[in-house]
Amino acid sequence: MIEILSYGAFFLTMALTYAVIALGLNLQWGQTGLFNVGIAGFVAVGAYVSAILTTPFSDGRLGGFDLPIVVGWIGGGLGAGFLCLLLGALTLRLRSDYLAIATFGAAVVIQLALLNLEALTGGPFGISFIPRPFADLSDRANLFAFANLAVMVVLVLACYAALQHLVRSPWGRVLRALREDETAARALGKNPVSYRLQAFAIGGCVMGLGGAAQGHFIGFIAPENYLPTLTFQVWAMLIIGGSGNMRGAVLGAVLVWAIWALSGSVVSSVFPADQQARAASLQIVLIGVSLCAVLLLRPRGILGEAGTLRRQPKATSTPSEGQNTHD
Amino acid sequence: MTAHREGPVLAARGLSRSFQGIQAVGDMSLSLGRGELLGLIGPNGAGKTTMFNMLAGSLAPDSGRIEVMGQDVTGEGAERRLSRGLGRTFQIPRPFPQMTVLENVLCGAQDQSGEKVMSAFFRPAQSRKDEARATEKARHLIDFLLLSHLIEQPASVLSGGQRKLLELARILMADPKVVLLDEPAAGVNPTLLEQIMERVVELNARGVSILLIEHNMEMITRLCSRVVVMALGRELAQGAPADVIRDPAVVRAYLGDAA
Ligand SMILES: Nc1ncnc2c1ncn2[C@@H]1O[C@H](COP(=O)(O)OP(=O)(O)O)[C@@H](O)[C@H]1O
Ligand SMILES: [Mg+2]
Repeated sequence: MIEILSYGAFFLTMALTYAVIALGLNLQWGQTGLFNVGIAGFVAVGAYVSAILTTPFSDGRLGGFDLPIVVGWIGGGLGAGFLCLLLGALTLRLRSDYLAIATFGAAVVIQLALLNLEALTGGPFGISFIPRPFADLSDRANLFAFANLAVMVVLVLACYAALQHLVRSPWGRVLRALREDETAARALGKNPVSYRLQAFAIGGCVMGLGGAAQGHFIGFIAPENYLPTLTFQVWAMLIIGGSGNMRGAVLGAVLVWAIWALSGSVVSSVFPADQQARAASLQIVLIGVSLCAVLLLRPRGILGEAGTLRRQPKATSTPSEGQNTHD
Repeated sequence: MTAHREGPVLAARGLSRSFQGIQAVGDMSLSLGRGELLGLIGPNGAGKTTMFNMLAGSLAPDSGRIEVMGQDVTGEGAERRLSRGLGRTFQIPRPFPQMTVLENVLCGAQDQSGEKVMSAFFRPAQSRKDEARATEKARHLIDFLLLSHLIEQPASVLSGGQRKLLELARILMADPKVVLLDEPAAGVNPTLLEQIMERVVELNARGVSILLIEHNMEMITRLCSRVVVMALGRELAQGAPADVIRDPAVVRAYLGDAA
């Protein structure tokens, strides 16, 4: 029983690292309409920056600064956010499809760089001995699992609250205005490029943070973790959960990760060892099928965007209520 | 900043713009005096909206120069105009359809600290204060523009005329010194039209300079002391409305349009 619980904790912890990444994508796509097809690259940057900052010194590899995990996570988020800022500054002035091409290209370049900059990234073998939160509890497996889960729950709640606050703030209202009618928003003094750049960078920052956290829970990272499959998974999470809705992003992450993990264990128990690598592609097919099923039944995803919109008028009436009293 | 005190609040010199080799506006000059209510008329296709879009910054002129309050703004994008004191409405209104009337109007507020991402996060008290002040102002404007009963409705439910009022409320949030109105009367029912005209007059009486594109000659005659007539992208005539409509060249331009 305890084993099942601690497996559940481990499963949820991983799912929640994806939830953070999906929250970042929701700000970029769901709220701003920025088509990022290089998610894996930004997640990788977050994971590697954090790993390099926090791992102990090791021969033959630069980095290994042995810094606290929190510093690594912040560094990972900032690293990915800064990369988004650069990439956005180069492409957001151009037609919107350039961003898709640029992010895709960036993810490919990042993956190649991770493979080849051996002195910094450990090349194809990646970086191991990434410190895990609460490592001193690791001989008490259950407590360790739940402590890690608690960290992730707090991180997801913090990201959720921060993004939700932003989306409902006047800043978020400008994003919505730009999405609904860019010409009108410009005539009201809102600079579309500047706002898109901000949303893209903040979203990237959150993705990097998710990547960093993920690296620390797995304990080691390698370039093969950051293939386009990851980008596809996160997109499936957001679309299934409901693009434009922060809770949808979290829900989608847990559901898709459940499909992925369950089908993964079925594959490994049903197929003989030499067939498993090939059979693993069934997992991707399964996510694709779930995606289609959800889109057919609920075109806006399970929680859809309607939720966000319905809540909006209430959010703005709060300050005005305070005002009536003083009339 | 003192130089413009007497000079025009909006001045265009030698503006030209072509689309695919066809000139929509050619060498147009125009100046709007402080507190003036100037009409811009002309047959369909004369280039009025093109002229407007250049003045508002949403269309770059091929040549010419635009000044707002004596400052050269020719190279600036549309998003800089409102902070320069110039607001515009659209011939076909462009509300944010899924936002409420109140939210639409709040979008017109300038220098809101909550619109800056850092302040939204780290200076919540200041952001709330700005938002509360903006909300109060928005309510007054919505009241002034007769939309109070629709304040919590999404803008998509508004009629054409109400959308024009909403656009006006939106830019008035920024306290513009100059307002460009593109056909505020088109497609508006007579009662609402009367009310829109009253509001335009009142705004002008408060010192806002207004450039008005309009087909409704009755409205032009009642509101404007001076009109500029455009035809084929150029200025054809200007003067008092009563004189201009008797000008043979103007009559010919309108008849030519009808034929
Ligand atoms: N974006 C555009 N592309 C091509 N032609 C245009 C465009 N905008 C306006 N025109 C042309 O420029 C001329 C002037 O149009 P416009 O400024 O809308 O006139 P008005 O507002 O006086 O009716 C018309 O011949 C119109 O077809
Ligand atoms: Mg027109």
